[in-house]
Amino acid sequence: MSKSFTRYTGTMAPLPIQNIDTDQIIPASYLKVTDRSGLASGLFSRWRYLDGDPEGEPISDFVLNRAEHGEARILLAGDNFGCGSSREHAPWALVGYGFRAVISTSFADIFRSNALKNGLLIVPVAEDVSASLFDAVAADPATEVTIDLKARTLSLPDGGETNFEVDPFARRCLLDGTDQLGYLLNQAPAIRAFEAANAARLDTRSG
Amino acid sequence: MSRARTLFEKIWRRHLVTAEERGLPATLFIDLHLVHEVTSPQAFTELAERGLAVRRPDLTLATMDHSTPTDPSIDTARLRVLDPEGSAQLDQLEANCERYGIPLYAMGDERRGIVHVIGPELGATQPGMTVVCGDSHTSTHGAVGALAFGIGTSEVGHVLATQCLLQHRPKTYEVRVDGRLQEGVVAKDIILAVIAKLGIGGGTGHVFEYTGEAIRALDMEGRMTVCNMSIEGGARAGLIAPDDVTFDYLEGRPMAPSGEAWEAALEDWRSLPTDGGAVYDRTAMVDGSSLEPMVTYGTNPGMAIPIAGAIPEDEAVEPEKRASFRKALDYMALEPGQQLEGKPIDVVFVGSCTNSRYSDLAAAAGILRGRKVADGLRVLVVPGSDAVKRQAERDGLAQVFVDAGAEWREAGCSMCLAMNGDQLAPGQYAVSTSNRNFEGRQGAGGRTFLASPLTAAASAITGRVTDVREVLS
Ligand code: SF4
Repeated sequence: MSKSFTRYTGTMAPLPIQNIDTDQIIPASYLKVTDRSGLASGLFSRWRYLDGDPEGEPISDFVLNRAEHGEARILLAGDNFGCGSSREHAPWALVGYGFRAVISTSFADIFRSNALKNGLLIVPVAEDVSASLFDAVAADPATEVTIDLKARTLSLPDGGETNFEVDPFARRCLLDGTDQLGYLLNQAPAIRAFEAANAARLDTRSG
Repeated sequence: MSRARTLFEKIWRRHLVTAEERGLPATLFIDLHLVHEVTSPQAFTELAERGLAVRRPDLTLATMDHSTPTDPSIDTARLRVLDPEGSAQLDQLEANCERYGIPLYAMGDERRGIVHVIGPELGATQPGMTVVCGDSHTSTHGAVGALAFGIGTSEVGHVLATQCLLQHRPKTYEVRVDGRLQEGVVAKDIILAVIAKLGIGGGTGHVFEYTGEAIRALDMEGRMTVCNMSIEGGARAGLIAPDDVTFDYLEGRPMAPSGEAWEAALEDWRSLPTDGGAVYDRTAMVDGSSLEPMVTYGTNPGMAIPIAGAIPEDEAVEPEKRASFRKALDYMALEPGQQLEGKPIDVVFVGSCTNSRYSDLAAAAGILRGRKVADGLRVLVVPGSDAVKRQAERDGLAQVFVDAGAEWREAGCSMCLAMNGDQLAPGQYAVSTSNRNFEGRQGAGGRTFLASPLTAAASAITGRVTDVREVLS
């Protein structure tokens, strides 16, 4: 699974629903896995299949089942995307399905952090931008946008461009493939010094 | 004199291994890492693949809760047959803890329970600490005055390997609840009202600190209920300043300091509360004395109304939110303007890390004592921990539930997230003391009304959504 992101151009799958929680992105019944694979079929499964069963009938008007959005690798979602449970299975499922980025007016904190650690870019946009993107996709499902992480820009269907904010460290990690755990491990001397300075307190707590 | 600081700032500062600078996150030391079976396997795998050790197994504590059976007749052998995947996850946690020397409260251990119930119960979570867990309701532990928040599995790996996390400093948000609560109104109603007011994304990027008379008047378990649902308001953490209620609760617990160490800890803990004159980034006020028992009607915890009230009309909902509002009501098979009181229900669930502690069960038992649950209604009472279960059995609460016709279960998450087979059937309505009414959360097609243990017990008697004040009067 690639954890890097630089630039992506493509179409969008519109999901104009607010407060999409991680239980909808991937229901709890999929949380029994002990690895990261096999989650793509569970992605939005309750909205995607009859009775939520990936073996069963697809629900034809759900966005991921519509032919015109079948190739979309950018999810365009309503406000406060990814709220609820901290399950990292949510970005694993989105990435496993093939999504590269999610555009929304806001994201829940834990989801944002989890997504960025898995190469899934989070693109927060203003309300009017979001509205114009939903309109553009409704008018023409083949509408493409370009997300450029280096420049922190999102190209708009009207030819314009908007900037988006992204945590500078997460951006750096996505651009040059810096491994966050490796970065933390390199801080071992500082961690050791902290532990030594706080030894009495930490030992009390372990007793 | 140093400048005035909030409780959050004090805890944050003392855990900085390196401070935030030039766009780089701070490295924050974690005093206690709680681990459970569902969000840890991939983190342990990463450790193994990279040949890393667990840096501080002594600051790590594991339990089994999410997918464990609560049906007393299901033992480990039967579980292997009934739920091979869930049981493999439990086995894997056991093997990982063994391999890395992490204390584990496995099935059958008297200390086992829902991770957010046992942390405070054992005295493991203490004022001034940083506490994390791969679980969003880690905010619960903020009730003792700890900075506690949920993390993803990648971060579980970070903490296992380094006992640290890369973090940007969140903003602070004071949620002040003044006044005295009316009869029948409890901690759960406070937090449901707060979330309804601030919105489920209202606390994004912030840490709540709950202050005010109504919060101070809560006992520790009530404070845990409030902090537990901070995440449903979008805040990763919720804090309550430690005071004598906190110290009385902690004293003598197995993992709390004792003797001289207790005295030293007390002195330190007393310095934690927010200084006079300290400034929060945001503040919201709620009048506790005007609160009523709350119940949710929709598919997120912010969609809550006073129990005697009605679901909003379309016009009362902002135009851009109307489609989502309608979608929620469609799922719930409810109408705008409809009253919930009197709505027939199929199931009552008393449990979850929000409301499964002794006082929650005692409150529910107080209503059910000498009464029967309504005909045809299924009532599940699931204690939060083995210790709660034993105490409730000793004190006769369990008997009250059984006599009333409720199911008395083993400790675990159970129907809160319906991973272990305890679940609603499609279309069923439940009054539930848990924290999430998301679509399908309690079972595919299931419909959840979140409420307090009092409301749940009152509804259990009538088989309908019921205002507990009618039962009390
Ligand atoms: S009781 Fe529910 S919310 Fe709490 S930890 Fe378990 S599954 Fe999560």
